[in-house]
Amino acid sequence: MRIAGTLLAAASMLALAPAALAQDVAIRGETVHTMAGPAITDGVVVIDDGKIVAVGPAASTPIPEGFAVVSAKVVTPGLVDARTVVGLAGYMNQPHDQDQLDSSAPVQPQLRAIDAYNPNEVLVEWLRGFGVTTIHTGHGPGALVSGQTMIAKTIGTTADAAVVVPQAMVAANLGPEAMAEGGKAPGTRAKQIAMLRSALLAAREAEAPRAGKKGDDKAAGPDKPPSLEVQTMREVLAGKLPLLVTANRAQDIMSALRLRQEFGIDLVLDSAAEAYLLTDQIKAAGVKVILHPPMARQYGEFENASFTTGAVLKAAGIPFAYQSGFEGYVPKTRVVLFEAGVAAANGLAWNDALASITIDAARVIGMEQRIGSLEVGKDGDVALFDGDPFEYASHAVGVVIGGTVISQTR
Amino acid sequence: MTQAKLKAPWLAGAAIAVAAIVSAGLAAPAAAQDRAIAFTGARILTMAGEPIENGTLVIKDGKIVAVGADVAIPADATQIAANGRVIMPGIVDTHSHIGQVAGADGSGPIQPEVRAMDSIDPLSSNIAKARAGGVTTANIMPGSGHLMSGQTFYMKLRGGRTIEDIAFQMTDGRALGGMKMANGTNPMGRSGFPGTRAKSASLVREVLTEAKAWCAGDRKKRDLGKEALCEVLSGERLVHFHTHRADDIMTVLRLKREFGFDVLIQHGTETWKVAEELARAGVPVSNITLDAPGGKLETMDLRMDNAGILERAGVLVSIHSDDAIVDSRMMLREAALAVRGGMSRDGALRALTINGAKQMKLDARVGSLEAGKDADFLVLDGDPLSTYTHVLETWVEGEKLFDRSRPEDLLMATGGYGAGSPMDAAHHHWEIAEGEGEL
Repeated sequence: MRIAGTLLAAASMLALAPAALAQDVAIRGETVHTMAGPAITDGVVVIDDGKIVAVGPAASTPIPEGFAVVSAKVVTPGLVDARTVVGLAGYMNQPHDQDQLDSSAPVQPQLRAIDAYNPNEVLVEWLRGFGVTTIHTGHGPGALVSGQTMIAKTIGTTADAAVVVPQAMVAANLGPEAMAEGGKAPGTRAKQIAMLRSALLAAREAEAPRAGKKGDDKAAGPDKPPSLEVQTMREVLAGKLPLLVTANRAQDIMSALRLRQEFGIDLVLDSAAEAYLLTDQIKAAGVKVILHPPMARQYGEFENASFTTGAVLKAAGIPFAYQSGFEGYVPKTRVVLFEAGVAAANGLAWNDALASITIDAARVIGMEQRIGSLEVGKDGDVALFDGDPFEYASHAVGVVIGGTVISQTR
Repeated sequence: MTQAKLKAPWLAGAAIAVAAIVSAGLAAPAAAQDRAIAFTGARILTMAGEPIENGTLVIKDGKIVAVGADVAIPADATQIAANGRVIMPGIVDTHSHIGQVAGADGSGPIQPEVRAMDSIDPLSSNIAKARAGGVTTANIMPGSGHLMSGQTFYMKLRGGRTIEDIAFQMTDGRALGGMKMANGTNPMGRSGFPGTRAKSASLVREVLTEAKAWCAGDRKKRDLGKEALCEVLSGERLVHFHTHRADDIMTVLRLKREFGFDVLIQHGTETWKVAEELARAGVPVSNITLDAPGGKLETMDLRMDNAGILERAGVLVSIHSDDAIVDSRMMLREAALAVRGGMSRDGALRALTINGAKQMKLDARVGSLEAGKDADFLVLDGDPLSTYTHVLETWVEGEKLFDRSRPEDLLMATGGYGAGSPMDAAHHHWEIAEGEGEL
């Protein structure tokens, strides 16, 4: 009876809630997938001041007085999209809302995602509607080094309010997607790698502190400071900013691994359609993979892509996450919930599929201390479903971000 | 009455070509079984009535002999126990671009004389992939970058090597197809093409008005374009009209009223805004359900509940892939997304099968499991609308052409090394990159 009342209250609250209301809230689920242990039957997640303060079975996890209760059949951590361009790329697909690519130069690591991110983009809300609470978004394909990425929550009306990590990675692209047009460089794969090596070498040369004048404690002296490009590449060289290299063909994946070997950079492999051919090499390098959406169209650089690659990487012990990726046309984005579902239907264990868009995704983007699982001390980010989240005909019925309940049904 | 008209001279060429191939024995690479096969113990979704539990499907010579809970199994029949399996009709995809189809070129916006069948590569691996996803009949269309981009091709996904092998023919051997038209932004803007919606409509009215007069004449001097338009005007050749926005959809209805052609709304992104009007006009919709809105201005108002809204308004609605916009192997998923958006489960499965067959007037042959119809069906390992269900087998005219247990077939089902082909890559990559694509 109490449960029925709670459900009713939750349902009416979800229905009546305006865009958002911040509050102390408890989430109650018939099944709670914490992703930090076995699923809890009839579980409760208590969120106080935006953080999770208790997780456990309803019988032994009291809900503090005055806390609103939101109930759903299935509760998971807020989903994490490990790689998207949403917010920089808008759904209209017109020049004015496509900020994921500047084509004026092939190497522009200095372009910051936060200076282009539009938190009010329709697609941000669209992803959130399917339970996505954190996105690793930023510059996309189309240039050898297209710019930086950032990590944001799918809430907030300014980029500054949404952002969690303003500089997450530097995005590089290999293969045909990153060739310049009109006879400009790069025009071949070899040239792409030569240019990347040159850029990293230039940053390394600039790395040595400049000799200041005697007695001058301003080490840099009156010299011109290094360019923003060099400054950013120095961060890459120092391992402070991972280089996120989009590579689909096996040969391009190997080129990325060689770059890592030569410069000792923190490499994250992106898309990696043919990764299943190179599990030994990727495993040996200890590199993480943000795998292409399984439903990425299987032609062009993806002609050898498979729905089963996630299962292969999992079996090989390679850490990976799924992403929504980049779509240049219709639909303008994919949804990681759907992509992980397809993986779950193609050899990846159900729990591993959910991990690939929650805790494993958080690990791949270096956010596992804050998000990705329902554990005490983590952000109060929760997704609610009316059934198996991966079943196409199920619905996401609510999202909680930092304790703020957002009502939607998709 | 229209049957008599089918003997029209402009059809004779295709009819003869197809007939010749059939007699040479090449049309069906492996002849359909002459012994009956009986599948027993399956849950059978006939699309012509209630689901049959523990049902039996009997096929012979490429046709369905019997289907039901209690049917006589011929004494010499090969019996296949299908307990725990679901059997449903092969998917009828009302809008696809498999086979690297191309139609009209950039020389002008209206090219009704161009035939899709003259461009299709029957060996393209995306046909095998579509079969792996359960597609057995498909309307293969030229693109939407023209007001009229040519004659579409109704494909039966047999295991053939030539276009004749995979043509959907009726008993007289005709290769069937419709006429692709489009309005809205896709056909606009290029040099020599219309610059506005009003101009688009006026160009179409002009050419149909001229054709009307020509068709009423003696037709002695051959004109390939007008001959095809006569079929459009008589209602024999269905117009597949690419259109997204509600105002463009209403323009299609106005053109239909004026010229009386038979039309199927293709895509119909904003059909939810004019569902009542479509229902009143009795115009069916071939709809697409996508993972997100946008990608172009005309799909900003795309909704996952569109098909459900049409269903409730009483519009005959099918669900198409527009492959490669949606991979043909994701069509069951697309129907499930329509259910997520409020469509009935039965309606969603009909939208993949019998509704499309009716829309293209192929329902005498395909779209449901009924005695006398083609033995085109799927064997599944569970609920067709579940994420976890796979197509185990695809049968076309009594032949098992996809079998997930065969490694080479599994490759088509999941992708993997060698599943694509360089030609596919070049073609589709261009189309998507140029935004000239299909949607």
